[in-house]
Amino acid sequence: MTVLFGIFLLTLLVISAIGIVRARNLFVAVMLTGIFSLLMAANFFILDAADVALTEAAVGAGVSTVLLLGALALIPPNESRSKRVRWLVVSVVTLTAITLGYATFENPRLGDPEAPVHQHVAPWYLEQTPVLIDIPNVVTAVLGSYRGYDTLGEVLVVLTAGIGVLFLLGLPGAFGGRKTEDVARGRTYLSHHLVPQVVGQLLMPFIILFALYVQFHGEYGPGGGFQAGAIFAAALILFALIQGEREALTLIPPRVLVVLMATGALLYGSVGVLTMLLGANFLEYGVLSSDPVKGQQWGIILIELGVGISVASVLLAIYHAFASRGR
Amino acid sequence: MEILGLYNYWVFVVLLMIGLYAVIAKPNLMKKLLGLSIFQAAVFLLYITMDKVDGGTAPIIQPGAVDQLYSNPLPQVLILTAIVVGISTIALGLAVVVRIFEAYGTIEDDEIQQADTRE
Repeated sequence: MTVLFGIFLLTLLVISAIGIVRARNLFVAVMLTGIFSLLMAANFFILDAADVALTEAAVGAGVSTVLLLGALALIPPNESRSKRVRWLVVSVVTLTAITLGYATFENPRLGDPEAPVHQHVAPWYLEQTPVLIDIPNVVTAVLGSYRGYDTLGEVLVVLTAGIGVLFLLGLPGAFGGRKTEDVARGRTYLSHHLVPQVVGQLLMPFIILFALYVQFHGEYGPGGGFQAGAIFAAALILFALIQGEREALTLIPPRVLVVLMATGALLYGSVGVLTMLLGANFLEYGVLSSDPVKGQQWGIILIELGVGISVASVLLAIYHAFASRGR
Repeated sequence: MEILGLYNYWVFVVLLMIGLYAVIAKPNLMKKLLGLSIFQAAVFLLYITMDKVDGGTAPIIQPGAVDQLYSNPLPQVLILTAIVVGISTIALGLAVVVRIFEAYGTIEDDEIQQADTRE
């Protein structure tokens, strides 16, 4: 039954991808991207990846659709196009597809417990996490502790991308010449729609509460800094959509936002430096407490907090950069 | 049933090729970025497909459960962070597209090239 459901969802995924590429109107394509991400999240959930599904639903279907729409407001909404089919491209794509398709027959089938990927380091993670770190969610343990360097790198990439967007588009009151006072005041987006306004207003505190739950319950259930950051940013983007861009920029001033972007990454890095000062390796949390297991837990909570702060403020800053441009 | 176990990989191939086609063939820069995100999503699907173990469950240790199988946590960690990095880089691409539109008045790559050669 689950297999059939998975096949159904995957087929829908292909159909929506074709829809995205074929749609002449970019608005249609962007809305289809939201559906595509939601289907993808459902697929991840079927494949036992609860943490990834939560991230894809929050980032892919939520924040990324809003960012694409924010960019779409600044560029022409239609693809101007001649119907010319590029045969060279079609043949290259077909050839690659045939090669890749041929290679899939060598792959282990879905769910094969003997597949090479399950033989290497994964069994060790599953066995040792209860002993060394003693938190139930192995994904969080791998993310925060075993592969902590990797995650630090990812946070820095997110931060760098955020800085890049701010340099390119400016952020009123922090980057570029514009001030917060230049941004249009009031309910610009949903001014004609009373129902979304009222419902959105009601939902906002619950979304923030859920973000905090995902942040601090990430050691026990699906969740963690990346998901919580995206959900927190979504709540504040909702505030900006309902109350107006200027009001949102007043609520969290851009200068504070820019500082927060760096603070998250700095918090992560300084945990690493702290462990070095205490005589261990970079990001070896065991020394943070007299009991190494407790130390690991402290380390993971601290770096997840850093990840959450960085991701939330970068996504929010990127949104503001698009939303306040030319308004 | 054995052959259905490869369906995920075929969908990965098809999605990857749809994304690649959009990146190469579509002249509209926004479409190229959407194609890139489809390409990216296909890779995510490949990784997450690999983590599944028959009879397994999400890798969250249940206290007291004996002989419970768990799916592989490692691909999940890699993709979890990649999704957030993906949206940040797509946003950077969008910012470049917006600046290109402001400079050239179009986001079709052939028209941009014409404008460049005219100068």
